[in-house]
Amino acid sequence: MAENQKILVCAGTGCASSGALPIIDILKEEIKRQGLEETVTIVGTGCQGFCEKGPTIVIEPQHVLYTRVQGEDIAEIVASDVMKGERVERLLLLDTETQKPVTKMSDIRFFAKQHRIVLKNCGVIDPQRIQDYTARDGYKALEKVLKEMKPNEVIEEVKKSGLRGRGGAGFPTGLKWSFCQQTPSDKKYIICNADEGDPGAFMDRSVLEGDPHSVIEGMLIGAFAMGVDEGYVYCRAEYPLAIKHLSIAIKQAEEAGFLGDNILNSGFNFRLKVFAGAGAFVCGEETALMASIEGKRGMPRVRPPFPAVSGLWGKPTNINNVETWSNIPHIIRHGAEWYAQFGTEKSKGTKIFALTGKVNNTGLVEVPMGTTLREIIFDIGGGIQNGKAFKAVQIGGPSGGCLPENMLDLSVDYETLTNAGAMVGSGGLVIMDETTCMVDIARFFVNFSQKESCGKCTPCREGNKRMYDILDKITKGEGKIEDLDTLENLALTIKETSLCGLGQNAPNPVLATLKYFRHEFEAHILEHKCPAHVCSALLSYAIDADKCKKCGLCAKNCPANCIKGDKNTPYVINQDECIKCGTCLDKCKFGAVTRS
Amino acid sequence: MEWFTITIDGREVSVPKGTTVLEACRMNNIPIPTLCHDPELTPSGACRLCVVQIEGMRNLPPSCVTQVAQGMKIETQNPKVRAARKTILELLVANHPLDCMTCEKMGNCSLAEYAYEYGVKGDVFAGEKRDLPVDDANPFIIRDPNKCILCGKCIKACTEIQGKSRLDFSFRGFNTQVGPAYNIPLNESDCDFCGSCVSVCPVGALTEKQMAGKGRPWEVTKVQTTCPFCGVGCNFDLNVKDGKVIGVTSNPQAPVNGKALCVKGRFGMDMIYSSRRITTPLIRKDGVLVPAEWDEALDLVASKFREIKDAYGANALASLSSAHCTNEENYLMQKFMRAVIGTNNVDHCART
Amino acid sequence: MCTACEDLVDPKEIKLDEIIAKYQNEKGPLIPILQEAQEVYGYLPAHVLKHISKATRIPLSRIYGVVTFYAQFRLTPVGRNLINVCMGTACHVRGGAKVLETLEKELKIKDGATTEDGRFTLEIVACIGACGLAPVISINNEVHGRLLPEKIAGILAKYE
Repeated sequence: MAENQKILVCAGTGCASSGALPIIDILKEEIKRQGLEETVTIVGTGCQGFCEKGPTIVIEPQHVLYTRVQGEDIAEIVASDVMKGERVERLLLLDTETQKPVTKMSDIRFFAKQHRIVLKNCGVIDPQRIQDYTARDGYKALEKVLKEMKPNEVIEEVKKSGLRGRGGAGFPTGLKWSFCQQTPSDKKYIICNADEGDPGAFMDRSVLEGDPHSVIEGMLIGAFAMGVDEGYVYCRAEYPLAIKHLSIAIKQAEEAGFLGDNILNSGFNFRLKVFAGAGAFVCGEETALMASIEGKRGMPRVRPPFPAVSGLWGKPTNINNVETWSNIPHIIRHGAEWYAQFGTEKSKGTKIFALTGKVNNTGLVEVPMGTTLREIIFDIGGGIQNGKAFKAVQIGGPSGGCLPENMLDLSVDYETLTNAGAMVGSGGLVIMDETTCMVDIARFFVNFSQKESCGKCTPCREGNKRMYDILDKITKGEGKIEDLDTLENLALTIKETSLCGLGQNAPNPVLATLKYFRHEFEAHILEHKCPAHVCSALLSYAIDADKCKKCGLCAKNCPANCIKGDKNTPYVINQDECIKCGTCLDKCKFGAVTRS
Repeated sequence: MEWFTITIDGREVSVPKGTTVLEACRMNNIPIPTLCHDPELTPSGACRLCVVQIEGMRNLPPSCVTQVAQGMKIETQNPKVRAARKTILELLVANHPLDCMTCEKMGNCSLAEYAYEYGVKGDVFAGEKRDLPVDDANPFIIRDPNKCILCGKCIKACTEIQGKSRLDFSFRGFNTQVGPAYNIPLNESDCDFCGSCVSVCPVGALTEKQMAGKGRPWEVTKVQTTCPFCGVGCNFDLNVKDGKVIGVTSNPQAPVNGKALCVKGRFGMDMIYSSRRITTPLIRKDGVLVPAEWDEALDLVASKFREIKDAYGANALASLSSAHCTNEENYLMQKFMRAVIGTNNVDHCART
Repeated sequence: MCTACEDLVDPKEIKLDEIIAKYQNEKGPLIPILQEAQEVYGYLPAHVLKHISKATRIPLSRIYGVVTFYAQFRLTPVGRNLINVCMGTACHVRGGAKVLETLEKELKIKDGATTEDGRFTLEIVACIGACGLAPVISINNEVHGRLLPEKIAGILAKYE
């Protein structure tokens, strides 16, 4: 039995939802029962990244990952692996190609191709203990900055690293800092944008939950460089665990002397507050976010003046997102050259993506910029679920676009993706297969944008609604071929005339799907068919009376309760009440249910 | 002052630093359509109708909030700009009742004017329209939220000019509305009906109730006058049709008050034709008020004053004059009391 | 204050005043005050907004504008069990719409409404970040993942 073993239990939002929290208690009890408290430490960590297979636990130093762990598995894991060093094979992950269990975590394809800088501590440390962070060189970068560097040198270092904003737009971070630094003012602010509103993205949440001190340290370094003594973290209220961990981390950092007055005896002061957002996607936009902190409706305002000149309460303000701030300590600690070795010529470093949708390994992945989409989806993500065919990858959330198969070898960096009609965005990657309808996806995103539009400027408020109306008509089979031109013209006008980034980018999903999947739109309009069998108005289900064995399984499972029949009469679907969910089709063992 | 040379539609012009593109265009008689812009209010850049194309700039920037820079090349009428404006107008019209024939704003409606200029018929986009209750429960303002284009000028007039903040946006996206808290009828809110919101509304969302159906803008002669209600001296335009005053509208050039007025000035002019208005002196005879000649009435007042003064002394009399009168009239009043009656018992309704 | 009067004071109102007092010297206090007031009352009744307006001197119209802007704030009481249906992208492509449809049918209410018996309130949310388990719903913050329409009835039965 190995000495000083650690059991890392993922307690991120994903695994917690899969039942990870009771597992920690059961594990603690089992360790106690076996008298192992002296040698085995149990750590509830932030997101380990492999949400699909959650709850996950890692045993160190053996470096073994167990997946989909349930309470009843704990005794066996402790008895075999922890005490005897024998793997519990049934809980190991099967390699997607060889179908053999993988014993070492680093051999798992999902992890092998990743390069974790920002996520270095995520899933490894207890985010509620500052000691865990400092034990892994935490706050060393702050010390270096305060003791050895001048503000200008810090900014130069960040500029040299090539770091660009990870929130979506990709503006060079060092340059942005220098704007704020150069504006003279008696008071300045910095803000961490943790209003991660993209549906299907959870990178920032995971970093805040799993390694909150890295964000605080990054902000401290930025505050020192820009001459700022007060900061905010604007975090979505929908992320209670992130807010909790961050608040604990701030308190601990204050107690340890990393936050407050005269930090590390340097004479530098900095205070940090958490502001819980109240549920508005548009507040991810800088000026809307600041309006929200000021207690107003989150409506963006015209720029200039830019926040670096006049931001929060009219004072110069710098805003970066969670991942950007979290990169800073690493850049300072290891140097700009080290950081710049990762990535492409114009996009340096790594990027975290939330890999979701119809992919085998959903979860959190961090890869060097320049990795191809194919590598992310097929090597790390393990390909498409249930052996279905890949259709598209949606990248960049409601502001991004859908890219088809022939673009999978594109390198993931700011310029390449923008040129392709998508964008890096904050890093949501939603994988779609042959059963995803692209018209429906375009409608989905436009619906999201129109609901989240603040309502201030005409093109976004009225235009997104009309794009939705047109797309809705098409999914119902009521579209006309001229609608596609109207849609495209409208999309371009919204893009060119909207006030803020939300409006300017809201048409991207429409323009990209029109560009790459026009044939699907045409199929809906001209043939009244939804090739992916998604748009329910264009579908109907029926039961073939000859094939029906009258088993009643379809009727039993029908959520609308609209299938009638009995042992003697074949089952029939009441078309008026059918919600076209397809459950009957999935349940029927005899192929009697048909969809057309 | 620093001057910038810029090019607008191929024409070189010079404008002072700090000028917006919109101001630069208007200074040079180049028309730009606007709905949310008002020189008296802070700019918001919301309606996006004033977009132009500027060389080297991404997208189509709104001219109302874009400041000129040296050497800037601006195009205000090229096909791309006009097409974008047309689409924006189509979008507004698609969510606007097209009852222009009976709309009080006809002839004075910015949306209709631009729709006409850009050939917008409202047939490009179909779909849901707002369907909210019209608020006409008060005697002064008809508020039709379905006609609102959400330019936000009424909110700013209420907040920035009147300092009242009775109106604000509520909800968001396509469901955005403007109104008092809870969008209740104005007469149930704290609104004091100064009507500043009405004076800035570019469409028929806020109109004067008293003028409804009384006359079209082209039938009306505007006569600038000074408000008779108090001594502030606000100016406004009497709207006169067929020799009859049908209402009052703000005159932006009014030197004292600009577009701002109070409820009395803006909505109190119905007193002109009130049947209860006193047009001759009345003398109470045997308990009944009877019309009299001015001479008779003044003689009576004079004799009564003298009687009181003789019997009880000058300090038995006092005067209270009104803010309804002009400064000069008020001066005469106190002069009369001091010099003729011989008392300092002078007071005025606006004293406290 | 005499003891008889003390009984007449709503303890929630005392809490509300404490919340307002806590933020009185803070810049931009409105949103935190509303968030904490909603925690006390479960929603934001009109008299609470009026009280906040009076105490903070923020116009009521502006407070109403803020409350209706943000998805988090509620103007009506919520049912005994709050169902959040995730409509994030991952949930959408994995059949979230069908889950919603089934819920609507089962409960006979639409997004934002509460059942007549006050048992459930149904709300669509943009993303609860449990994308790996899509499609998901959460009931009283308890997440139910990898859902299928036919599982819904059984899950609802657990909540009284």
